[in-house]
Amino acid sequence: MNTTRRTFLGLGATAAVAATLAACSSQQGGSGSGTSGGISLWTHNGGNEEELAVVEKAVAAFNEANPDTPVELKSFPQASYNDSIAAAAVAGDLPDILDLDGPIMPNWAYSGYLAPLQISSELEESIIDSAKGYWNDTLYSVGPYDTSLCFLGRKSAFEAAGVPIPTVDEPWTREEFDDALAKLSELPDYSYAIDFSVADSAEWWPYAYAPMLQSFGGDLIDRETFETAEGFLNGDAAVQWGEWFRSCFTKGYASETPATDGQDFLQGKVPLYYAGGWKVLQSQETFGEDEVLILPPVDFGQGAHVGGGSWQWGVSATSSNQEAANAFIEFLMQDEYLVEYSNAIGNFPSVASATPKTEYYAEGGALEPVYEIGTKYALLRPATPGYKVISSIFDKAARDIVSGADVKATLDQAVKDIDADIASNNGYQSK
Amino acid sequence: MPASTTIEPTRDVGKQRSRSSAARKEARTAWLMASPALLLLLLFMGIPILLTFALSFTNARLISPNPPEFIGLNNFIRAFSADPTFIRSLTNTAFFALVVVPCQSGLALALAILVNQKVKGVTAFRTMIFMPVVTSMVVVSILWSFFYEKDGLFNSILNTLTGGGWTAVAWLNNPGTAMPAIILLSIWQAVGLHMIIWLSGLQGIDPALYEAAALDGVNGWQRFRYVTWPGLHSTMVFILVTITIAALGLFVQVDVMTSGGPQDATSTLVYHAVRKGYREQDMGYGSAISLIFFIAVLAISLIQRRLTREDD
Repeated sequence: MNTTRRTFLGLGATAAVAATLAACSSQQGGSGSGTSGGISLWTHNGGNEEELAVVEKAVAAFNEANPDTPVELKSFPQASYNDSIAAAAVAGDLPDILDLDGPIMPNWAYSGYLAPLQISSELEESIIDSAKGYWNDTLYSVGPYDTSLCFLGRKSAFEAAGVPIPTVDEPWTREEFDDALAKLSELPDYSYAIDFSVADSAEWWPYAYAPMLQSFGGDLIDRETFETAEGFLNGDAAVQWGEWFRSCFTKGYASETPATDGQDFLQGKVPLYYAGGWKVLQSQETFGEDEVLILPPVDFGQGAHVGGGSWQWGVSATSSNQEAANAFIEFLMQDEYLVEYSNAIGNFPSVASATPKTEYYAEGGALEPVYEIGTKYALLRPATPGYKVISSIFDKAARDIVSGADVKATLDQAVKDIDADIASNNGYQSK
Repeated sequence: MPASTTIEPTRDVGKQRSRSSAARKEARTAWLMASPALLLLLLFMGIPILLTFALSFTNARLISPNPPEFIGLNNFIRAFSADPTFIRSLTNTAFFALVVVPCQSGLALALAILVNQKVKGVTAFRTMIFMPVVTSMVVVSILWSFFYEKDGLFNSILNTLTGGGWTAVAWLNNPGTAMPAIILLSIWQAVGLHMIIWLSGLQGIDPALYEAAALDGVNGWQRFRYVTWPGLHSTMVFILVTITIAALGLFVQVDVMTSGGPQDATSTLVYHAVRKGYREQDMGYGSAISLIFFIAVLAISLIQRRLTREDD
């Protein structure tokens, strides 16, 4: 009696554990990819209604034309999107189509999440460089749009301070820029000369400040081999960049604690603002189109640069219907949708033929200079699987420099950390 | 695995013939009732801790095509010899706990004694002091980072008080002031919770003791020293242990307000583990840091238990 009851109890407990585990695994294994002919698509823009609407429209049109392979869309909030992808990859349950932030692509391709894209070479050639994701000479992702960094200036302030306005073809030199900051900081109506957006979050730092570092002649990593940062992130040019950047704060040109989201500029506290194309429309609404200057990046000696690369589309390596997934991406990259993307969120289309049809980038459009700057000066972040580590380490180093840490020592430690990571990953060699 | 651990004790019970069958039945029911909680504890605490232990000796990556390799004590050697941020995080965490534990528990006790008086409007006071506790730490941190800005609330107040003689400080951007700023915020946020716990301890003390003390003609200090404080012993132990563990786990404020900066001045063990293990995808190293953290907390808790037990 006792024995049987004990056995029964044991069995019961085992069953309970088994049920729990089964519940866990069935949750992971649920909504499998491409089992019923349909293809699943995940996107990060759950919180961005305008952008999501464009994707939804394209999905509806695609499904009507291809009833055999309907696309099923699932949107995530951007903050938790990458985690969802990582979790799905571990569980072997990636969707057929997914979107990804440009710089993370090599990491995912290296990890075997992504399949090489198989879109027509005609389409591939028509897309601008900064919207294409290559790793190991293979195309893994393409984006419908890109945007550019730029400086936004108040025309009246420039005139009052007697600062000449640079053009896209003739950007500021370092001396001219320092001179402009010095003059603008003396204007009585403003508290600082510039808002460098240092209040912005992690990925902004390498996106925004590494192009300046590159313009000085440094870089995040050796882009030839991707094996070391030695001499690039801590060379003389990089130290000069660090010292110059720090001096903008010690000289009182910029605040170390600006308000978030460009409010200092929009509220008229600073006449110059380092931001991206996505801030132009809001600024023009606030001050009027004529008052807002869209200015190119500064040439600190080795050419002017801005960051490139935005969200792009890729096909997962585990997709059972890669042909249909690629077909959808080709479908989405038609001019029609690129124009809608642009009109909805203000970024420029990644295919030149779509550009004149857009609201903001057609001739005389409000954002035309953003397009010129983006296509002329964009430099992608290093295409290496180790970028996530580089990004985190550069973010920390640059923040330390802004708060007054010794530039050379900080950059030396950053190089040590990056090189240690590359070494512990055997150089991120592909399989 | 979990099945056998939950069943084992019943087997032992079966061997002890002297026990009554009622007691055996009771024990069995107890294990049965506790089993869902034990199972969850094992799933979400036991297994992760074991995994952390195992991973900390490997070079496991969060996202990588390469399988983890055993690398011995390398992660621990790296932490103590090649990672200045780790050392700084260790000292920051210790400093934070050393300041916060006595300040917060002392302040909470003072407030509890204050709001334990029988005067009108005391409920309003209790509510006001308790309010920050129910507000999310993320919200509190964002709000306070506005206060700490160069033209924020604190600088304006100091400027007004000194008649314009105060030079504004960017509290969170200055390596000297960032940690004290976070300490102040943390104490303010959590002091209400511990005040309520002290209060419950205070109200559990038998009023007859105070009456007897009054008859003996004690003064205020003697009443606190010989009646109130001994009556609060178990509350004190509880508060000390919870504040210490909470203080050592400092993370949210740092993540929201300073990202560990400036110059590592506010980096803590948990923040550093998250940054290395998760943001930089180095799970092996992150696990090693977590393991060091786990051992440190365990050791401190054991020492505290030993010390507070001697008081008995």
